[in-house]
Amino acid sequence: MSSHSESHSVVEFVHAGYCLPNGKRLLEDVHLEVREGETLILLGRSGAGKTTALKLINRLLEPSEGQVRVEGRSTLEWDAIALRRKIGYVIQETGLFPHFTVEKNISVVPKLEGWDAERIKARVNELLELVGLPAAQFRERYPHELSGGQRQRVGLARALAADPGILLMDEPFGELDPLTRAEVREEFLTLEKRIRKTIVLVTHDVAEALLLGTRIAVFDGGRVHGVYTPREFLDSDEPEIAAYRKQIRTREDLEGV
Amino acid sequence: MGLEQFFLQNASAIGEATLEHIWLTLGAMALAIAIGVPLGIVSVRRPGLSRAILGGANVAETIPSLALFGFLLPLPWLGERADRIAVAALTLYALLPIIRNTATGILSIDPAVRESAKAMGMTPRQILFQVELPLSFPTLLAGVRIATVLTIGIATIAAAVGAGGLGEFIFRGLSMVDNRLILAGAIPAAALAIAADVILGTIERRLKPANR
Repeated sequence: MSSHSESHSVVEFVHAGYCLPNGKRLLEDVHLEVREGETLILLGRSGAGKTTALKLINRLLEPSEGQVRVEGRSTLEWDAIALRRKIGYVIQETGLFPHFTVEKNISVVPKLEGWDAERIKARVNELLELVGLPAAQFRERYPHELSGGQRQRVGLARALAADPGILLMDEPFGELDPLTRAEVREEFLTLEKRIRKTIVLVTHDVAEALLLGTRIAVFDGGRVHGVYTPREFLDSDEPEIAAYRKQIRTREDLEGV
Repeated sequence: MGLEQFFLQNASAIGEATLEHIWLTLGAMALAIAIGVPLGIVSVRRPGLSRAILGGANVAETIPSLALFGFLLPLPWLGERADRIAVAALTLYALLPIIRNTATGILSIDPAVRESAKAMGMTPRQILFQVELPLSFPTLLAGVRIATVLTIGIATIAAAVGAGGLGEFIFRGLSMVDNRLILAGAIPAAALAIAADVILGTIERRLKPANR
């Protein structure tokens, strides 16, 4: 049977690479492991391959080389639909269905999974409460009637609806104004502890990475430069990592003014 | 005899022709929607076929209507009855706006919406029926509206092959040089077109806010 370490890695990149159909290389020889219950941050500039890596996990993309394994099985061996229903997906633009109310948006996956109406309703209420939106007030609203922060919370509630073991988040706080961003992020930190999921979160924001991450995988030019705990990241004397740290120092300086 | 009196005297004939006209238009629109919407979806799903589909519909649109009615005349089954020819020709004309708007409607959906539908584990069929078609419906309906107005106009020419409708009055008026006869066909046809435009336009506007 599977070894001890295998049972702990929920997602595993095994020399995974990805090329666009036109031959442009976006990801090269990525070797990476996501452990159960951790929040792994994929940190890097735009175009470093973070989002590509994320999409390989729920098979929105398929690796050109190597493998991506979810619960020990290659994503290509999984039925793509079954795989995606087990994995929550939150993106910057939220992708909420504009013609569905908040309630219907959150109900999508439970409905696909054939839950009965009572159970779905209870779950929607529970989730709205979890993300801090009073159900009575928000259930019937349409996405265009919500603020950016509220939309983002609904997007999170929708991703959590069928209680997936894995949560993929792509710049989930990226489109929010700085104040809302800090607020939603703080809330997420509390929520992270309550829901206890394996989370892979893409960001280019170093402060966010340090605040939310169990470990931080630094992406550069389609490769994984290294994986660090927040402590290691802060202590590292590698020039690349020091350059990242400068990003927060500058900001703290600015905020101090 | 004044126009008003002429209309009153021929009210039942005009009414009958109007009904025939509506019937031809409805038949053609039902067929055009049944054929055009799936073709529009296919042209989005298979970009390689999109050219052939839109090109074909475009060509149909450029054939002069009188000639098209004539071309269909010798065909088996279809050519046997005038109303079949008329409905077939009108369907061909109505296809282009419906195919084009179906495709445009689907293509203009926010890519993030489609991506998250896929990421939630919806099958392509579920994405089509629960996301793509509902969201593209206002655009699709605009295509139906354009096609309907177009069809009501072209349907007057169906009288040339004996399919009836309001064109009967127009053709008779032309040959007898009687403006009252021409107007007896033209005015109800114009009224039908305006009515269709207003009704479908209202539905379209009603749907838009909820779909934003």
